[in-house]
This record gives sequence, C-alpha cells and structure tokens, in this order.
Amino acid sequence: MRVELLDQEQPDRTGEEEIKRGVLFTTLEKMLNWARSSSLWPATFGLACCAIEMMATAASRFDLARFGAEVFRASPRQADLMIVSGRVSKKMAPVLRRIYDQMPEPKWVIAMGACASCGGIFNDYAIVQGVDKIVPVDVYVPGCPPRPEQLIHGIMLLQQKIAKERHRPEDLVHLPWRRQGA
Amino acid sequence: MIRRRWGQVLGMLRGLSVTFRVLFRPPVTTTYPDEKTRVEERFKGRHWLTRYADGLERCIGCELCVIVCPSQAIFVQAAENTPEHQVSRGERYAADFQINMLRCIFCGFCEEACPTGAIVLGHDYELAGYTRASMIYTKPMLTEPYPGAGGRDPHREI
Repeated sequence: MRVELLDQEQPDRTGEEEIKRGVLFTTLEKMLNWARSSSLWPATFGLACCAIEMMATAASRFDLARFGAEVFRASPRQADLMIVSGRVSKKMAPVLRRIYDQMPEPKWVIAMGACASCGGIFNDYAIVQGVDKIVPVDVYVPGCPPRPEQLIHGIMLLQQKIAKERHRPEDLVHLPWRRQGA
Repeated sequence: MIRRRWGQVLGMLRGLSVTFRVLFRPPVTTTYPDEKTRVEERFKGRHWLTRYADGLERCIGCELCVIVCPSQAIFVQAAENTPEHQVSRGERYAADFQINMLRCIFCGFCEEACPTGAIVLGHDYELAGYTRASMIYTKPMLTEPYPGAGGRDPHREI
C-alpha cells in the first residue's frame, strides 16, 4: 500500500538573518527570557498613595510571590524592576533617574498609576508630566491608585514583553576577555 | 523565680496559640489571574458610552464631562444630527470622543455630570498597556457594541 506523502511547506528557517543570530541561541534565549521574566525583583520605590497598593500587592492577599517578584529590594543594585508608584515631583526626578542608573542591566520600569504615567490630575509646575520623560517606561498601569489586580496585570504584561525579547548572541555569552561595547 | 519563668512560658504559649489557630485556616490569597476578582456593584473602572435600547447613542455632545473632569482627560468633538443621520436623540452627538485612560483618575464625576447617563464607569479594571498612545481610548473603543454591553440597563432614564 502506497502512502502519498503530502508536500508540506516548511517555513524557511535557513534565512540569512537566522544564521546571523545563531541557531544555537534560540532555545537559550527562551530559557533566559523565562528566567528573567519569572524572577523580577522590584526596587522599593514608593512615592505616594500608589505605594500603599503596591505594598498590598506584595502582601498575603494578592501575594506577588506567585509571580516570582516578592523580594522588594532596598538596594537598586539588586533590583531589576522599578515600579514608579506615585507622583514624581521635579525635585524627585534626579533621584529617580539616579536610582534607575544604579540598577544593573537588564532593567524594566512600570509606571504605576495616573501620576507616574502622565501626571494625572497634577498638571502643574511641580509634577513631572509622566515618568517616561526621565526613564524609559515598559508598562503603563492606569488607575488612581490601581487595584493590586491591575498592578499584577501590568506585571504579567511585562513578563509577556520580556518573554518576547530578542538577544544578540554576543549578549548571551558573556566572554570575560570581551569588554562591554567593544 | 520559677513562677516568673512559668509566666513567660505561658505568655509564649498564648502567643503561639494564635499562630496555631491561623495555621489551619484556608489561605487568604486570591487566585487572581485564573479567577478574576469580583468587584462591587458601584466599582468605577473602564468607561463605556452607552446606548438606548433602540440602539441610539445617549451622548448628546454637551461636553459637561469635559468641563467637570478634574484631570482634563476627556476630549469631545460634537456634531449636529440630521434627519438622515440621526446618531443620538438630541440635536447634537459626539462625533469624536476620547478619554485618556492614563490621565483619568476614575472619580466618576463625568458619570454624575452627564445629563443623559451616556458615560458610565464599568467593571473592567485590566487596563495596562505598553505605550501612552494606546491608552487613549477613542469613540469606537468606548461605545457599547450593543445596548447594555457596558453592564447598565439600556431602558434606564439616566
């Protein structure tokens, strides 16, 4: 009995682009993204009333530990996620930028609440109109303040974003004799 | 001496009794992403521009919500109704209606100011986004796809 093999069209994976990126690194990339997205350690950076909801998110009822993000680090050196929770005054802006600069790569920022996202009701001389004027923001969470569920939803969106991130091979393998940016 | 030690042990046991009591209670943690938290009836979440039961839009483009909004998050562009193109019951309708969800503080003043009950705050709270531009909701996103989709009775007066 003859079985006719259907000529299935395979997607062309041998593109030049793919070879440049390195075939070996496709699964490593996935694993790296998985590891990064499921161990987001936020920096403790509560600025205003949104911080109360952020604390509630970390507490037992909403339990941010279920997403691997329970350890709010007091030092930016140990954190890789900054949840800007609250209004950022122009006086606070350089401090925020400094804390962001002190965080090691890779790092992400969530603008939590109306004030951090775009100034909210404080459209005045004292408040920075959106924290993205100072640092790059990955996820915006609206609300005044957002429910803990809304913040968890924002963190889940960020995890999805991290899972889709692409890396160059030289970023994945850190060779000691290779200087950064060389 | 012994009496004082006994008092300390008793105090410790009394404190631990709370621990043991809580130990056998079911956990208070919600299973949020799997099971959406039920919000209260008057919860103020995502906005809807509602319709009457016959499908006509309630918004008459009066811009009272724009005036009352404390964070100036609403933009309304009104246009005149014509007999051939009747969108709302009044003389005018909202040709364009935008709400900046990031500016909005979900206070519900717009809902209170609205003379026709057009704008209501619904129960959706999962609103996070990646860009600021994507958080400005336009009229097609805000208008109910069918009467009553926003969770309110389309036959209500206001």
